[in-house]
Amino acid sequence: MYTKDGSNLVPVPSNAVIPERDINDMPALECKNLGITFGGLHAVENFNLTIGRTEIAGLIGPNGAGKTTVFNLLTNVYQPTTGTILLNGMDTHGMSTAQVSKAGIGRTFQNIRLFNNLTVEENIMVAMDKSMKYGLFDGLLRLPGFFREEKKAHQKALELLHIFEMENVASHRAGSLPYGAQRRVEIVRALATDPKVLLLDEPAAGMNPSETADLMANIRKIRDTFHIAVVLIEHDMNLVMNVCEGLCVLNFGRIIAKGSPAEIQKNPTVIEAYLGKSHSKGDSDKVSDMLIDAIVENRNGSDTESAAKLVQKSGKGGKRK
Amino acid sequence: MKRKNMNKYISFALIIVAYAVMMALSAAGKTTRSMQGMLVPICAYIVMAISLNLTVGILGELSLGHAGFMSMGAFTGTCAAIMLTDSVPSAGLRLGLSMVIGAVFGGIVGFLIGIPVLRLKGDYLAIVTLAFGEIIKSIFNNLYLGFDKYGLHLQLLSEKGIKLEEGGRMLIQGAMGISKIKKISTFTAGFILIILTLFIVYHLVESRYGRAIMAIRDNRIAAESVGVDVTKYKMTAFVISAAMAGAAGALFAQNYSTITANKFDFNTSILILVLVVLGGLGNITGSIISATLLTILPEALRGFATYRMLVYAIVLIVVMLFTNASGTKILIDNIKARFGGNKEEEEQ
Repeated sequence: MYTKDGSNLVPVPSNAVIPERDINDMPALECKNLGITFGGLHAVENFNLTIGRTEIAGLIGPNGAGKTTVFNLLTNVYQPTTGTILLNGMDTHGMSTAQVSKAGIGRTFQNIRLFNNLTVEENIMVAMDKSMKYGLFDGLLRLPGFFREEKKAHQKALELLHIFEMENVASHRAGSLPYGAQRRVEIVRALATDPKVLLLDEPAAGMNPSETADLMANIRKIRDTFHIAVVLIEHDMNLVMNVCEGLCVLNFGRIIAKGSPAEIQKNPTVIEAYLGKSHSKGDSDKVSDMLIDAIVENRNGSDTESAAKLVQKSGKGGKRK
Repeated sequence: MKRKNMNKYISFALIIVAYAVMMALSAAGKTTRSMQGMLVPICAYIVMAISLNLTVGILGELSLGHAGFMSMGAFTGTCAAIMLTDSVPSAGLRLGLSMVIGAVFGGIVGFLIGIPVLRLKGDYLAIVTLAFGEIIKSIFNNLYLGFDKYGLHLQLLSEKGIKLEEGGRMLIQGAMGISKIKKISTFTAGFILIILTLFIVYHLVESRYGRAIMAIRDNRIAAESVGVDVTKYKMTAFVISAAMAGAAGALFAQNYSTITANKFDFNTSILILVLVVLGGLGNITGSIISATLLTILPEALRGFATYRMLVYAIVLIVVMLFTNASGTKILIDNIKARFGGNKEEEEQ
């Protein structure tokens, strides 16, 4: 697909949603014919995607389309049944999740997975574990290497927290933070692994409009500061259409459309996937308006869902305390 | 952070004060024989409780055969001490060496168990350690070991095949265990072992290793996703825990003239687990206190010794009922919220 000499990389057009500035670089992530079968069910099939080096891409689709499964495939939580994943040109086949993380994929989770009993700072320092260079005995005997590395990690953690201006909660227990803050800590923790590609699974779920607006700005800021690719799954179409440069729409485990946000908004197949067949006839502008309406509805739907999750979560948290 | 440090200092202070008080009392001649006799077992159980807390409370894996590691350390450490009697005349040094050897063997066994089990997801460790505890008991119950100038002679099931040269002696005699042990364990040695254990556990917890171990406990999937090598850290915690249990076993065994494998049975494993649960999962100070109290209690209630296991079972059930009943839970929540609130204000 690409010539190997590095200078004249030419992407195959059918796979490319990558922005022009990245076209000459080797893509950060490439999926070729990726697929996984769960006992006869093709959860994801024939998934081809190329993510540019500094691209912000979105993965959207109706519920159950297989979006999170794609993330789980990319991080080797599931081993794909078919196809290959190239991370910076390196095949990640057979690696463990931890190795993939070390190779450069950081991720967040749809249902937040923080280390609840550790402090926010400790959460982030766990993610820096691979870059800390002291052994067990340095730690047990408190040798100089221990103090040097701990101090370095402490400073880096605070710097990363500064992105979201959360230094003041560094010593709070992660599980005690409000929902939106927990989502942000998860993003910071993923960044602490020093990724090349950052996968965000519904980063705006459960956030209020002003938090979402901040998040949008921060996603761009993260991309610009760290020069990494960001792939996000999101139901908030406002966020997706504003932040993403390329979109990939999944339905029933298959890619049904790829392209820029503007293209996707007018794509009849996408509209059909969201609304059903009867609505696909008629004036395309009207339909794209309908899509946006439907998408807004969808967002509200997912908001109530996440609100319900939030209530559940806080209830559980309360009990545990 | 502050509260953790607080706990650490309380643990060290408790142990040091208790040691100073007991030493002062015995210097003044105010201790009874039974009190003196309990000191070393208390030390051993404190170390056992702390070490199991590392596995259960900090790593979050259930181990039901911790007495097995204690047994391993007890037998190997005591054998080593007997064999070293002539070459190392100093009792203190010999005890230290035997504890090191006990720790090494405990650690090796922990490592061997960990290789297959810690790679699995789920509660397999509980099942395997439960089996391990029983297996190690059976092995020591049927193991005959003697030594003479030609080295060690090992035989299973009977001692008939072992013919020792002049000057040799039997070390382990099957179900009779090891007899004629020199009682070289001292309270001071126990004190040093506890301090060492505390030192290791607290320094482990407050390093990148401890953070990773607790991260695995809190959320394994997230830990993997940030590049934490789960098996390696689980193994680190488990082997350290097993090694500590081995050292405690060596200390414990050499407080008696005879030691048998049946002393380290399933009941002992559960007793240690009870110490940890009562003291609080992950709470080292709690483990120290509960180990001390629950070792003294049965001695104090000697007449009820027959019902001791029954009492433990009842205590465990009562504690579970108490902490899980919704009424008491709300009560505890309220108390914690009040104290927790105050604490945060103080910190700010």
